[in-house]
Amino acid sequence: MTARVDRLLELADDELIVGWRNSEWTGIAPFLEEDVAFSSIAQNEIGHARALYELAASDLGTDADALAFDRRPDEYRCAPLVQLRFVPDWASTVARHFLYETADTVRIGALKESVDPAVAGIAAKIDREEVYHRIHAEMWIDRLGEEPAVRSALEGLWGQALGVVDEELRLELAHRLKAKLGWAPADAQPVERGAHLPELEALWEEMTMVRRSAPAGARW
Amino acid sequence: MVTESDVWAALDEIPDPEIPVISIVDLGVIKDVAVQGSKVHVDVTPTFMGCPALDAMRRAIEERIEALGGEPEVEVVLDDSWSTDRISKAGRAKLEASGFAPPAPRSAGPTTLVQLERGAFGCPWCGSTDTRLENIFGPTPCRSLRYCNACRQPFELFKTI
Repeated sequence: MTARVDRLLELADDELIVGWRNSEWTGIAPFLEEDVAFSSIAQNEIGHARALYELAASDLGTDADALAFDRRPDEYRCAPLVQLRFVPDWASTVARHFLYETADTVRIGALKESVDPAVAGIAAKIDREEVYHRIHAEMWIDRLGEEPAVRSALEGLWGQALGVVDEELRLELAHRLKAKLGWAPADAQPVERGAHLPELEALWEEMTMVRRSAPAGARW
Repeated sequence: MVTESDVWAALDEIPDPEIPVISIVDLGVIKDVAVQGSKVHVDVTPTFMGCPALDAMRRAIEERIEALGGEPEVEVVLDDSWSTDRISKAGRAKLEASGFAPPAPRSAGPTTLVQLERGAFGCPWCGSTDTRLENIFGPTPCRSLRYCNACRQPFELFKTI
């Protein structure tokens, strides 16, 4: 597997799984506007995952659905930050949302400069949509960032947030977080990719259930 | 013999699957049409990446080209070429007439919350700019919800991307 495919799968898996986590608020968010917001963000993230899987699939000679659904849970490369399940904890959801969107900003910013034109093109397109996710996440930090529950969730997830981006981008991530929050969490050990939490397995069971029930493909 | 202008005219009759007042040509998603013999190649660029309308658009394009007697080849181009600035002037007028505020032109930098919270987006019903942001997100990825303080009607805004 090439470095390009590796990188695309990391990104795609992050977007697919965080999209799935966001979708878990559909129908049960604290108020209707947030129900719509998290559902719409989920749709965007899963759309980004599809485009990234398609690019990886064309290198691997497979298709996007096979990459999204036919791998075993331990083959996914998503960062631990997106694997965590928080429903019904809104404070941790807001903290993860802000940390992930900020990390994604830094990462997509770097990929837009990629010498690989297909990767740079997709990154630029993703970035246009992500602007709205960022505004939404920052709006929640403006509202709740000083609440003790959100603050302690931000501190607790800091190591996981660092694990979303490559080592050389972590300083920039820390600067951006501090610029928005006005304070910086205590230094934490980055929680690197490669760990698979039990929550991911449970998500995978649900996410792939229909596909596994009709391995030869289903017609609707 | 199918000509490129026949193809453009046929594509201009395909409504956007989610906002049918505007055609996919007005929406700016048709990037290129090339005719070679009976083969008709069309490059389509998606609007929002998670928009499910893309598959419906592709099928509609194929059907129209077959109806013209051509062999369709539809290619989805996943680059950064579509933005809301590609929506035509006619398309903007049609959006407005049906109760959608058209997207603001893209500025040099990314959209900010301050911009979204300004009243500058005119109400498509009464024209007032005394409007407020209700929700950045709406029923499809491309829409935001706003409220007009003057005529007290909600309306949808096409997000600028």
